[in-house]
Amino acid sequence: MKRQIKANITKILLISTCVIFVGVMLVVPLASVIVYSLREGWQVLAKTVMDQYTIKALQLTLYAAAIAVVFNTVFGLFSSWAITKFRFKGKNFLSTLIDIPFAISPVIAGLIFILIFGRIGWAYDFFNSHDIKVVFAVPGIVLATIFVTFPFVSRELIPLMHAQGTDEEEAAALMGAKGLSVYRRVTLPHIKWGLLYGVILCTARALGEFGAVSVVSGKLRGKTNTLPLHVEQLFQEFHLTASFAAASILVVIAIIILILKNIVEYKGKKEDELHVR
Amino acid sequence: MKIKKISVLVLTLSLALSALAGCSSEPTETTSGDDRPAEVEILNVSYDPTRELYVAFNEAFAKYWKETTGQEVVVTQSHAGSGKQANAVIEGNEADVVTLALEGDVDAIRKAGLINDGWVDRLPLKSSPYTSTIVFLVRKGNPKNIKDWDDIVKSGVEVITPSPKTSGGAKWNFLAAWAFAQNLYNGDDAKITQFVKDLYANVTVLDSGARGSTTTFVENKQGDVLLAWENEAFLSQKEHPGEYEIVTPSISILAQPSVSVVDTNADKHGTREVSEAYLQYLYTEEAQRIEGTWFYRPSNETILKEFSDIFDLNVKLVNIDDDFGGWDAANTKFFVDGAVFDQIYKQ
Repeated sequence: MKRQIKANITKILLISTCVIFVGVMLVVPLASVIVYSLREGWQVLAKTVMDQYTIKALQLTLYAAAIAVVFNTVFGLFSSWAITKFRFKGKNFLSTLIDIPFAISPVIAGLIFILIFGRIGWAYDFFNSHDIKVVFAVPGIVLATIFVTFPFVSRELIPLMHAQGTDEEEAAALMGAKGLSVYRRVTLPHIKWGLLYGVILCTARALGEFGAVSVVSGKLRGKTNTLPLHVEQLFQEFHLTASFAAASILVVIAIIILILKNIVEYKGKKEDELHVR
Repeated sequence: MKIKKISVLVLTLSLALSALAGCSSEPTETTSGDDRPAEVEILNVSYDPTRELYVAFNEAFAKYWKETTGQEVVVTQSHAGSGKQANAVIEGNEADVVTLALEGDVDAIRKAGLINDGWVDRLPLKSSPYTSTIVFLVRKGNPKNIKDWDDIVKSGVEVITPSPKTSGGAKWNFLAAWAFAQNLYNGDDAKITQFVKDLYANVTVLDSGARGSTTTFVENKQGDVLLAWENEAFLSQKEHPGEYEIVTPSISILAQPSVSVVDTNADKHGTREVSEAYLQYLYTEEAQRIEGTWFYRPSNETILKEFSDIFDLNVKLVNIDDDFGGWDAANTKFFVDGAVFDQIYKQ
């Protein structure tokens, strides 16, 4: 009886702490972005959202995120396949290397690209002679976005595929299936939801990236300004409401992504239950 | 079905990559003689507080250029702390023109080999079409009763100024304070250094650019006094009527923002003609009035007088060449690593 009450108190304490924490740290700030962006009415919000520089910034953000997600999905599939289903020397090392972007500050990631592709960087002459601008141009922004979102898909897949082991693949191979069809028929169906989940996280991170992109962007208005950079720029130009309006685009996208994430999680769980049965 | 999915993925990837390649290879413009392309683009890399000025100026210049040459000109703007921007240009941000906060920053680009020697004399008045000075922005009613430089070194006064390491405006701030102390202590270096040290001991937020400091003071309500560009102070007052007051100290500095064509880039892009015209246009009467409207002091004396109800024209202004021996000397003495600023800010 006493123990029951104690457990209840712990439960209430834990839950209320979580709720307060999430409320204060996440919900209130996000809600205030939306509220603030509507401070001067729908018209200011609409004007900012329809502004050519906002639209260009949004386009660039989506563009960079799309390439980063495609790239990192392909890489994530390959690397997780290699790391979990094969045995080779340096496997742990490789798997540690993949995590580098988690450990490095995005600003440093940006500076790395400046040091490589910038005018004083060692790769500059090559690209310049081919008339390709990397940093202070769109390619640099794409590179920086890929860098910071690099581990998201593979980090989602590796534990999943580890847990599944190699038994089923070995069985399929014994029955005469070839490498790629083993992957397609046996491995991929198992990781489908994990993969989608990783893709969604990767997208969210790519859309919000500020630090690395800010270093390589050069902040050319209408050209290399991503939406997060545009938000800061509007803020610095004393357009507070407009800045929050632009930010609210990001918030809305984030909410959509969260909903997608939940759907994927729910579906994945349901399918797992089916398998168990 | 899976194969279909994979092929869709590959298709998307290749599309994305081809689009990327398309983006990076911009068409090269040739502006020789009469066969100008219909449109030309130039990049103006500038410092923090000039955003609004150049929005207005670019519009006027585009109109003028269209009328004289029939060519559309699109000017892309980029703004951040002046020193940071100079670095970005050195690292490969391909500005056709730079319009920075001080000669020293433009000269750093020359030293990197992108601007030809002697740039400072290519345009009138040492290539500074407009000037400004350093003033104090205080909250309404001036609650700490700040009148001059010696009021802001008093204990308990919180000062907001950017870092002279990255901000051009901040270097002017530092030099203006130094000039006041030099006058006060008759050139006694130890006392002057102590004065400036006391000042920076009062700094509570050291942002990287002038605009960052302004938002810290104006939007985030930090500090009692902002050491600001005169233009930035007026702009804050305009954005927030009735909330701030401008205090002009007894001694300040003539801040001469410098402009230059970045020769290497302009030649590479074939934009020299329009870039030079762009900077020369800054000296025309129309442009001088735009500069005055955005609270920069026009270098044209007649037009400056038109704005005499806005600017305090009686403040005693020292200048970088006569009082500090030019930017090279000032940088070496005050701002390079280990120089006076590092010594007073570290201890």
